[in-house]
Amino acid sequence: MPFNEFLGMGGYGFYVWTSWALAFVVLIVNYIAPLRREKQLLRQFSRRERRRTQ
Amino acid sequence: MLDTMWNWLHKLASPPMFYRFAGPAANGFGWLSLALLLPGIFLSLAGSPPDYQQGESVRIMYVHVPAAWLSMFVYMSMAGAAVVGLVWRIKVSHAFVRASAPIGAAFTFLALVTGSLWGKPMWGTWWIWDARLTSELILLFLYLGFVALQSAIEDRDTADRAGAILVLVGVVNIPIIHYSVEWWNTLHQGATVTKFDKPSIDWRMLLPLLLMAMSFTFYYASAALRRTRCEILERERNSEWVRELTGGIDAVQ
Repeated sequence: MPFNEFLGMGGYGFYVWTSWALAFVVLIVNYIAPLRREKQLLRQFSRRERRRTQ
Repeated sequence: MLDTMWNWLHKLASPPMFYRFAGPAANGFGWLSLALLLPGIFLSLAGSPPDYQQGESVRIMYVHVPAAWLSMFVYMSMAGAAVVGLVWRIKVSHAFVRASAPIGAAFTFLALVTGSLWGKPMWGTWWIWDARLTSELILLFLYLGFVALQSAIEDRDTADRAGAILVLVGVVNIPIIHYSVEWWNTLHQGATVTKFDKPSIDWRMLLPLLLMAMSFTFYYASAALRRTRCEILERERNSEWVRELTGGIDAVQ
């Protein structure tokens, strides 16, 4: 199948690709957020501990 | 056997144990999800035939149907954890309920939007107040309502209990979503993902659908455990073990 035809999705390209793109954005954002949050929390708490021990 | 399992569960109920368990478990589920996602994407977009009525637009279904399943699965998991939290007063359980809500909302949002993107070319409209669509929209509001309630209540224990009760009351919506296509005369089609009924779904369509659904399920497990870890850290910020964990750690810098 030629690549252009694949992108066109039989005329439904806009609907198909928007759906898939949105799914990826939503899932990736939802995964990165807690990873960053945890790092941020650990950093914040270890700063606190360092202040305490000084 | 049952005894060791019970002991293990009992240990998991302690926040530091759960925190330690959730990290590697989240990684495992994450890799599983990815391993299923890759063949799932390939078969959904290229390796499966177009539908004889919907043409290539059927490829939206490989996102839409799993997302809709997960929107309900996440809710039922929250309800299960809410019961455990209420009955046995297990804080980790409440943390898990709270951690699941944004993910459930995300899947519900995806189900609604991808449905809309399919509805426009197939039905000729982005939206219709049909029983299935309306009950799914109510599910989104339940998730958002839960999140709003959590941030509105200052006291953690009160917020946990109120949230759990809201989740349990909302469970009534789940069978409504599921049976809406039978109880009402909806534009949304009935259940057609079956091998036991006619018309039976083609294997080449069923396989990517199942791969995507399993991938989404493991994604949920992984993402929810990640969020639960944050939730536990915030709740236990002043406890001995969090202090020990973060005392003089240079590794996290």
